[in-house]
Order: sequence, then structure tokens, then C-alpha cells
Amino acid sequence: MLIKTVFAGFGGQGVLSMGLNLTQTAMREGKHVTYLPAYGAEMRGGTANCTVVISDEEIASPVASSPEFLVAMNQPSLVKFQNQIDAGGVVFLNTSLIDIEVTRGDVEVIRVAANQIAEELGSVRSANMVMLGAFVRKSNLVAIDALVEMVRSLLESKGTKIFAANKKALLAGYELLK
Amino acid sequence: MKTVYNRPKSLKKRVFHYCPGCGHSIAHRLICEVIDEMGIQDKTVGIPPPGCAVFAYHYFDVDMAESAHGRGAAVGTGLKRANPEAIVFTYQGDGDLAAIGTAETIHAANRGEKLTAIFINNAVYGMTGGQMAPTTLSQMVTTTTPYGRDEKLEGYPIRISEMIALTKGAVYIERVAVNSPAHIIKAKKAIRKAFQVQVDGLGYALVEILSPCPTNWKMTPVESWKWVDEVMSKEFPLGVIKDTTGAKNVD
Amino acid sequence: MSGNAAIGEAAIRAGCQCYFGYPITPQNELTEYMAQNLSRRKGCTFIQAESEISAINMVYGASVAGVRAMTSSSSPGISLKQEGISYLAACELPAVIVNMSRGGPGLGSISAAQSDYYQSTRGGGHGDYRTIVLAPSSVQELADFTHRAFELSDQYLVPVIILGDGMIGQMMEPVEFKHEAPAELPIRERALRGAKGRNSRIIKTFTSNPAELEEINWSLFRRYQLIEKEETTSESYLTEDAKLILVAFGIGARIAKGAIKTARANGMKVGLFRPITLWPFPTKKLQELAKTTKFFLDFEMNMGQMVDDVHLALGDKANISFYGRPGGVIATPAEVLRVITRLYHQKGLDTKK
Repeated sequence: MLIKTVFAGFGGQGVLSMGLNLTQTAMREGKHVTYLPAYGAEMRGGTANCTVVISDEEIASPVASSPEFLVAMNQPSLVKFQNQIDAGGVVFLNTSLIDIEVTRGDVEVIRVAANQIAEELGSVRSANMVMLGAFVRKSNLVAIDALVEMVRSLLESKGTKIFAANKKALLAGYELLK
Repeated sequence: MKTVYNRPKSLKKRVFHYCPGCGHSIAHRLICEVIDEMGIQDKTVGIPPPGCAVFAYHYFDVDMAESAHGRGAAVGTGLKRANPEAIVFTYQGDGDLAAIGTAETIHAANRGEKLTAIFINNAVYGMTGGQMAPTTLSQMVTTTTPYGRDEKLEGYPIRISEMIALTKGAVYIERVAVNSPAHIIKAKKAIRKAFQVQVDGLGYALVEILSPCPTNWKMTPVESWKWVDEVMSKEFPLGVIKDTTGAKNVD
Repeated sequence: MSGNAAIGEAAIRAGCQCYFGYPITPQNELTEYMAQNLSRRKGCTFIQAESEISAINMVYGASVAGVRAMTSSSSPGISLKQEGISYLAACELPAVIVNMSRGGPGLGSISAAQSDYYQSTRGGGHGDYRTIVLAPSSVQELADFTHRAFELSDQYLVPVIILGDGMIGQMMEPVEFKHEAPAELPIRERALRGAKGRNSRIIKTFTSNPAELEEINWSLFRRYQLIEKEETTSESYLTEDAKLILVAFGIGARIAKGAIKTARANGMKVGLFRPITLWPFPTKKLQELAKTTKFFLDFEMNMGQMVDDVHLALGDKANISFYGRPGGVIATPAEVLRVITRLYHQKGLDTKK
């Protein structure tokens, strides 16, 4: 197994933290992982993105030519990355911020109104967690319990309230695709 | 019989290569006397510059590490931080300290690095053959200001010590000269104090020495001594520029 | 852990007591890691210097004082450090210098590139000298090579450069720290800390005696020959039966490896040769491979720098092709695969037995 995922969106949407949570969870589950963020000027103001590779064996390239999954948190991300996805891959759309359609016919599209759901749960800031929950459900790359634990340990210093909000968002996204 | 004059222990027995009338040899000797008197020969590390004083390590009988041009304050910072017990002094000329090494010097001073800087100001680049220095006086003829330093084209002689004094980390800065017995005695006191500031861990200390360069000034040694008094020290006034040590004078 | 942080942690574990840096993307995480974790350690120093020039000269000072010291930067900053590196090499002072290189020339871009190969492997500054250059291709290697860099630097009294790139510095992978330095490292023998109980010593480069300078240079080069003999390192991957061998270093080798895996799956006998020490370059190992494989494809994220060393090593003994992406563009495994596939057909490797 070798699965490549690109997470992309605006800076500030928590795109890198989605990738990081996924990477660390997979690592804890004993898988080989690489996490490659786009950094610097690219990170400020423009689109933020990161590439996560998860594999059962040693990973050759952290650069993904044709990712199996694309998580597009905003419209420019979809435009930028949709042509790179592997045929048969899956695109996750944050329909709260994307009102165009995927132009390719050879990929599966999962629609998640991440911002709306997060807002209903109490804070739009956890939209990334809603999406990540849905992503984990569909991709089956890591166990949701393990992911929740990882988010807990990463948010430990920020207090239990913030963790609780993130957990709620993760599970909401996860349940969405039932 | 009482010995009133002797070679300092930390000055090696070696004939100076400096030109007759040059201020370097006097400055060297004064530093060595101070090192002896303070009993710090075995923990002093000196940083000589490129330039005429590149061979300073042939004269000072203390550990010496050569620095790239202008980088003395940075090298000194590394040395002192890595070994705070050492007494570290930089020996720098005007081109070194006031031109190419301005950034290193100002920032080491501003960090309050516990360093002693001996700054030789002779208003020219000596070893390279008498080119304009940042401290070259207005109208002064050098090999690169053959028509005299024109303020409109070449700027003004820079008072780097006064600039350094503006940093909070610099605690003691004095300008002295080595062109007469009276001035030499004062110079030694200043050098002594600049080392004491480091021993006491107070911060950055600098002694600017107006130092004759008869060869490049195209003067006799005696004329050059006079010129320091009559011309150079008008642009670079002697005296304490900054002293926030709060300590009493060494004597 | 990110590559930059891994270097910082490995350096601290290797007994690095002094770090001097200056902000430049994409290596800031390393400087910040040292600020966080080294600056308050007992007997340790962290300084954000006023320039890269100052930082390398602070390293020089700390190295004169006999302790393990390092600095890091990225391409334009490394150019500024060359003066200091030349002095370190001349004075036989150990130091570790990390270059998380970016696209150049000039200010270039902050994205990853491999355009500093020449600068790193040819000395870089003025004068006749070399620095050991280690090219890690994973976060684990960043950690391992940081330790090795300090060891080599101390053993041979030469500056060691870790040549990474923006990507490897930013990327995260699992890492295990396998090396620990003794709680207190000995102060190096030639250190200048005041001449207590011995004669005073001098560390210098300048001499007015040409014969003396020549001897200094001979002595440096004798040591360089020893380093070439003892420390040249490389990795060969699937080269035994390879009809075509890619030559790539650092992150480029990872991308190449990705392409090679697919090429193998497509039935092409392709392998990878990865120089780990860029200087000394693994010439002999490459020559051995050329005894059984005649086709080489050098891949770099520049317009062809290491390929010169491949030519020097192989001469007319092999057929050498080059593929590069300059200026900070990151090549993908798919694009390298296309080059492999085209070359494989062009050279008739798919039909030859």
C-alpha cells in the first residue's frame, strides 16, 4: 500500500494541521509516513498545502506525482490540483467555499459542507476537523479512535475545551459519511 | 637599585617590524604592561586583524587567533561565549572596525559582549599602502583621495566610537592618543580600565587610540606626533566618550 | 519531526555547545529550535547574529575556543559565509555548516533546489581547500549525518557541510536519535583558552613565507587524500542487474527512487547510485558500477553540476545522460519516469538482452 494525499486550502484554514494529524496518527500505527508542507511565501496569503504519503513499506519519494486523494478546502485549491489526481482517485470538496464542479469524470467526489457544519457545532475554525473526520471515514487510512487520541495529545497544552470542540468536529465529519 | 623600566613579561623578545614613529608598537607595549599588571597573561586570548598588526601574534605572548578583516568582534563573541573565563581582546584598525566590520562591532557592543576592543585610528589603511580610511580627515591626501578627501564625494571622517557609545551594551569608551608621554600614560590607564570592565563582566569596552602613521602620512615621526595634536584630535577629540561602569577609576 | 528540527536535536545530542544563526527561509525552524532548546542549556550559547558573516565568524571563535559549534543558513546566506569557511579550513578548525539550499542564483526563490553542488564541493570560498559535504535524503539521515558531521569535523579538523534543501528541511518523517555524546565533551587539544601552564599559541592563516604556505597547503591536501580514502560514502539501490543507473543525491535521489520503483514495476531494469558524501565524491564505486552497466542518467535539481563529477569518474567508459530541473522547480517521480522510459527505448535497452 502506498497512498498519497494532498490537503489544500487558504492559509489559516488548518490545512497543514490536517495533514500533520493524519501523518502522526499513521506513524503511531506503525506505518511509513512522509509529510511535506508547502512553506514560506507560498504559505502566507496564498494557498497552503501539504502532501502526506502513507505506506506499508519504505517511502521513496515524498513528492507525489499523482495523489490518490485531494482534500480541497477552497476553490483555488481545486483548480490547482484537480488535474494531478490519479484516475480513480477521490476529491473531497468543501462545498461551503467551493461552488464549481470537478471537471474530471474519472474521479469520485465527496461533498462536505465543512464550514457550515463546523459553524453549527460552534466554531467555523474546526471546519478542517469536520473534513478530516469525513476523510478518515472514506479513506480508511487510520482508525478514527487513534486520530482522536492524536488530536488530544497535540492539543494538550491548549486546554480541554479546545480539544472537545475538535473532537466533536472530527466525529461529526466521520458520522456524515455513514 | 630599583628597576623602573623593563620589558613586559607578556611582550615577546622580538624586534617590532613597525615603521619608526608608528603607534602600534606603543599600543602593543601598553596592552602587555596592563596584562602583566592585572595578572591575566594565562587567560588572555587576543584577536589581531589583517593589516600592519597582522603580526601582532609575534609580539604578544598570549594565545592569539587571527580574524578575517572586520570580523574581530564576531570572532571575539564566539570565543568569549564558548569560554567565559577567558579575557578576550580585539585589536582592530580603522578600516577593520569602522568600515568593513561596522556591523560586527556595533552589534557586539549592543549585545554587551564582554570584550575589550583596542581600536587603532591612524586615518589611513596602513598595510595596503595608505588608502583612504573611514576616519581619513577632510581634505587629507591619500592614495585613493589624491586630490584630498572631498566631503561631497567621499563623505566625512566617521566618529565610530561616538556611534558605538549609543548602544546600551557599550559601557566604557574612551579616545586616547599615543603621541606624547602624557598621552601615553593616559592611554595606558584607559586600556587598563577597558580590561577591568571585562574582568568585572560589565559589558563592551573600547579604547580608540589616535596612532601616528608617519610613513603613510608622509611625515617625520615628530611631525606626525604634532599632527595628532594639531589636526587629528580636533576631528577626534580625546577623552571619555562614555562611562556607565559606575566604578571608580583604576588608579 | 521536521528535518530542520531533527538537525537541531541531533546537534544538541552530539554535544554542540554553540549555535550562531541568521534568519533565512527555508531553514528558520532550525534556528528557532536552537533558540528554544540550546539557548538556556548550561554552558551553551545561542546567538541570532547580525549577519551570516558574523554568524560564521562566531563559529570560528567558538571553534578556536575548542568547543563544538555550528551554523545554518540557505543558499544566499551560505555565499556570505564562504569567507569564514575558508578561514576555518585554513586554520584547521572544525565546524558544522548546514545549507538548506533554495533556488538561485541571486535571491532566487525559497523553494527547494540543488544548485549549490559546485559551491559546496569545490571549497566555495577563496583558496585551495575542501570541505566534507554530506547529502542526506531523509529526515533520519539528517539526524544521523549531523552526528557524523561533528565527528568527522573533529577527527579531520575540517569544516563539514550538510547540504540539504528546502524540502528536506520542511518535511516530516519519523526519526530516531541513535547517538548520544558524553555529558561533557573534551575541549579540543589545540584550543586557545589562555596559555595557562604552557607556551602561548597562535591560530593563524597569514604567512609572508611562500614555502610555509605551500607546506600548509600540502598538509591540508594530504589530509584530504586520507578523507577520500576513508570516508567516501554512497548508496547503491537495485544496481546489480541494472541496464540503466540513475545518479542522484539528496532529495533528488528520493524522487529518482520513486520513479525507479515504477520503472521496475514496468519491467525496466533501472537502479540508483546515490553519492552520500558529495565531497569526497564516490568515484571508485561509480567506476565499479560502470564495469557492468553502460548507461547512466544523472538527475539533479539544477542544470547539471554533479554530472561533471560523473563525467570525471567515468570518462568515455559509459554513456552519460543528464536530466535537470533548475531554479527551484521540484521534479516529480512521474516526470523522471518519463525521462527514464524515453531513454530506455532510445538506447535500445528494452530490446537488448
